Amino acid sequence: MGNEKVKSSRRKFLKSAATLAGATIGYTWLKSTQFLIYAAEPKDKNLPWYGIAIDIEKCIGCGSCAKSCKNENDVPKEPFFFRTWVEQYTVRNDGSVDIVSPNGGIDGFEQRVPDEDIFKSFFVPKMCNHCAKSPCEQVCPVGATFLSPEGIVLIDEKYCIGCRYCVQACPYGCRFIHPVKKVANKCTLCYHRLKKNLAPACMEVCPTGARMYGNLRDKDGELVKFLKEHTTQVLRPNLNTGAKLYYNALSSEVR
Amino acid sequence: MKLYIPPQIPRLALAFAIFISLFLVARHFLVPDTFGKYGPYRAAAMDDYMSLEIHYSGQQACFECHQDIGDLKAQDVHSEIHCETCHGPGQKHVISGDAADILKPAGREFCGKCHAMNAAKKKNTINQIDLNKHNIDKNCTECHNAHQPWEMKK
Repeated sequence: MGNEKVKSSRRKFLKSAATLAGATIGYTWLKSTQFLIYAAEPKDKNLPWYGIAIDIEKCIGCGSCAKSCKNENDVPKEPFFFRTWVEQYTVRNDGSVDIVSPNGGIDGFEQRVPDEDIFKSFFVPKMCNHCAKSPCEQVCPVGATFLSPEGIVLIDEKYCIGCRYCVQACPYGCRFIHPVKKVANKCTLCYHRLKKNLAPACMEVCPTGARMYGNLRDKDGELVKFLKEHTTQVLRPNLNTGAKLYYNALSSEVR
Repeated sequence: MKLYIPPQIPRLALAFAIFISLFLVARHFLVPDTFGKYGPYRAAAMDDYMSLEIHYSGQQACFECHQDIGDLKAQDVHSEIHCETCHGPGQKHVISGDAADILKPAGREFCGKCHAMNAAKKKNTINQIDLNKHNIDKNCTECHNAHQPWEMKK
């Protein structure tokens, strides 16, 4: 009797161990094919694959970009709806960081930290990162957000139900709910301008050329050249969003 | 040996066929035309964006009439700055030609957005002035030509 009990429990143990091992092997195999699920680049290699570069060293915080964006895309003028905005970071000598963005920088900046306390200070223009594996696209319950074949994250306004999941999901805070249309709204990299061979409004008006867009597939292009020649970094690389907005001279204080 | 098919199987199969064909018909009418052209979304949504009107015309459109200003600008430090950075969206003006449709900004506040002192601006990127010290009683354009800042007015 006792012998049989041992035998059946051994069989049970072997069974569950085999299942566990099988599941683990199966899972690792599935994981290696995850690129099939998150197709990072579409098939059509003839289309451009857009990326953006922002040179923090060149930005003077004039706010022209934020202002022009609102004009071009009919973004509500209230100071809390932005498709692009500028932040000023000031690191004090004691290491604390002061971050301001009055009206997104549209009205200019006034340095509120006294000169003798400043260790360093810089402007960071922010906008949609047009992620290749964007969290906002993944959380949308109705599939209204999508990645266009050119690598631009767009919203189908007819599909969007205004549930605000994407607003919370974006780790860069680049989305808002349009107060009139009641649907999500964000940077389109001025899709309507790109198709007319015009630069996005923010890049058209930037007086110092701190902003740049281009085709990441074009290895001789201006953008790829810039990325090669500078030490660039994306925001929050740990989140693996596949962000395509590269900052030159990005400080670790920037969030 | 004849295979025995229970009588409910043909009836169920018929019901399934009806439901599935109903579903397919409904799907045909509910799914938008361009859905799935590039991916699981409505491709026409991109056309919706494409049909939006532009407000900023780009400086090539400006130079078609104002080449003289373009030449003037090219000679001085503002050469890299596009017209609409200061003059605002110009498409309406390009179409109408009306001077009322374009901004003609002036004043210390406006120039100060770029040129006011701020520790965050790199010294070699831009000339900065202290708005509270530099010729306080004067407007910038009284001495500087905005298109040629270093050709000082008398």
